[in-house]
Amino acid sequence: MTEYGNKTGREDDDHSSPELTFSLTGLYQGYLQCVPIALGVAGYGILFGVLARQAGLTPFEATLMSATVLAGAAQLIAVELWSSPVPAVAILLTTFIVNLRYVLMGAALRPWFSKLTPLQAYGSIFFTADENWALTIKELRDGNQQGAFLLGSGLAIWSFWVVATIVGSTAGGVIDDPSVYGLDFVLTAVFLTLVVGFWEGTETALSWSFAAGTAILGFMWLPGRWYILIGGLTASLIKVMRYD
Amino acid sequence: MIEASVIPVSIILGMAVLTYVTKAGGLWVLEQVELSDRAKSGLEALPGGIIIAILAPELLQGGPPEWAAAAVVLVVVRRTDSILLSLGTGIFTVLVLRRAVVIL
Repeated sequence: MTEYGNKTGREDDDHSSPELTFSLTGLYQGYLQCVPIALGVAGYGILFGVLARQAGLTPFEATLMSATVLAGAAQLIAVELWSSPVPAVAILLTTFIVNLRYVLMGAALRPWFSKLTPLQAYGSIFFTADENWALTIKELRDGNQQGAFLLGSGLAIWSFWVVATIVGSTAGGVIDDPSVYGLDFVLTAVFLTLVVGFWEGTETALSWSFAAGTAILGFMWLPGRWYILIGGLTASLIKVMRYD
Repeated sequence: MIEASVIPVSIILGMAVLTYVTKAGGLWVLEQVELSDRAKSGLEALPGGIIIAILAPELLQGGPPEWAAAAVVLVVVRRTDSILLSLGTGIFTVLVLRRAVVIL
């Protein structure tokens, strides 16, 4: 709660943590810190490119998708569904549902992004992916005041993702099985690395146990990525219920 | 070189718009409402909960090599605070242990 500071009741002033700056310095910082993570994401980009080509997308279409959608899980599912004729409604609906978790992720950025201009905030948020979102939230919570961190880290993800898609969809066929190079473990390791920063003691243990439990149940019983939403909401609800 | 037809491109752009709506939506909605302190504490618990929700099924699907590598990642990041180092040692561990499992 401390991050949100004292309440003055005025709308723009209800989070009184230090001002954010939005600068090239923050952009570079975000980009550089995210490069190791983006390398892991690139492995999946190559896989996506290969799968997209196998599904009948041209390299241009695959690259366009990576550059404009920038959502790994939704893209992989879309090329999975891709056939001739293309089932447009199914693909669009699935994309939306799989990406609903971003609503929660965007909401979690609000304490900091409310201090940016609308252009900065709504421009940066395009570059949200699971990995750099987690990295950015961790940095901001640790007191980093670079408002451009999400944009910078997102550009790292974006550039590696797009280049990897081009490689996979043109030269691909190299990485058919990501587990050979341990690539399937990279993103797990990324999230493990980041989650440590969110640990706040025994109170966290309770909400995380329930989050993990409900996420696993959701993963087993529900399609798509509902389990991520469910786990996140569970942790949130437990915190709300125990608030005093 | 560039072959593009209308329907795939329209679907891809539709996906892009819908994805952006989800990314911007949470931020936008919260700008329209004034949150109570209680609700803010819930918002604060979201990131950790979301990451745990991503991790839990992934780890459950793994086996001893993944679990051991996960432990290595956690220890290394706590000791060194370096993402690069923890990722590197984690991947190395998982590759070595998987190989070991195959040999045994």
